[in-house]
Amino acid sequence: MGICVYFILFSLIFKDIIMATDNQPHTVVDGVEEHDAGMSKKKIWTVFYYLLALTCIEFIIALGFVHSGILERGLLVNIIYIVLTLIKAYYIIAYFMHLKFERLGLVLILGLSLILIVYFIILLFIEGSYLGLHIY
Amino acid sequence: MSTNLSQLDEVKTGRWSGGRNPLSVEYGKLMIWIFLVSDTFTFSAFLIFYGAQRFAQPNWPNPDIIFESIPYITEHGTPLVFVGIMTFILIMSSVTMVLAVEAGHRNSRKEVIKWMIWTIIGGLTFLGCQALEWAHLHHEGFWFGAIPDAYRGELEQSSIQFSSLFFTITGFHGFHVTTGIIINIIVLFMTLANVFERRGTYLMIEKVGLYWHFVDLVWVFVFTLFYLV
Repeated sequence: MGICVYFILFSLIFKDIIMATDNQPHTVVDGVEEHDAGMSKKKIWTVFYYLLALTCIEFIIALGFVHSGILERGLLVNIIYIVLTLIKAYYIIAYFMHLKFERLGLVLILGLSLILIVYFIILLFIEGSYLGLHIY
Repeated sequence: MSTNLSQLDEVKTGRWSGGRNPLSVEYGKLMIWIFLVSDTFTFSAFLIFYGAQRFAQPNWPNPDIIFESIPYITEHGTPLVFVGIMTFILIMSSVTMVLAVEAGHRNSRKEVIKWMIWTIIGGLTFLGCQALEWAHLHHEGFWFGAIPDAYRGELEQSSIQFSSLFFTITGFHGFHVTTGIIINIIVLFMTLANVFERRGTYLMIEKVGLYWHFVDLVWVFVFTLFYLV
């Protein structure tokens, strides 16, 4: 299965390389094509407000609902927190770290290891709950 | 000269023979990305162990009670407020960094300097806040492998895990912030010394920016996992 994933990813990379050669001429500096900056000042502040809003939602849940006792600490709240965190991480990586505007090949090279980390996380959580049941 | 060149020595220009840069990023930028991925592994290892402990332990000290003070203002009853300020400062300094990168794209030396200075100030403020947080917790009795007496008993084992992991992970993150600030200062001085002006490109700002955003990114996770969950 892992090999299958690799093949799919590499075919995507090559597809990207082939497709990308057919577009408009770029200015070339040191063999690196200069692409558009992609982030204007306005867009930077928009992303900042998204991040701020997401953090505020986390605070509202934590202080308004959990601390005052409307919601129980537990799986549901934790999933909401983690989803909000992952959305924040997406905005930081995609826009602040500019990854959204890079070649698909680079995105996949970097993303593949992150997918494997998710696998690692799931494995160790299962291990953790096993320890919780059988040792402590 | 050109008559001496064999066919093998000719510069290849074809799509499949090396005539095109497949990833279209500069060498240093690719390397900082690879470094950040390896750094992700380190932080993931820490945070995954923390998560596994949360799953393994039958109970866990309540973060709303541990982190409920604002230094110099109040000792009790304000959970998340101080760390909220810290988070805001770090996100803010990430924004000023990205503004410096944007100014670098326009080769505007003056704006790069302005935003780099703001970024450094933000980083130093965050580090100061973290020092206060550490000092407060240490004062309460938390330290590597040590817990206050109030947590002895049922919560003892999980509290020891909590305090060791908290100081290790925020310490490692703080170390990254420190190196980030040092690198930012170096790059600021390089900008002041017109190094990038002579080089013709402000790409170095972008590379340093990647590192700085990574530090911010790690904090987003540390914040959620230690203070909220």
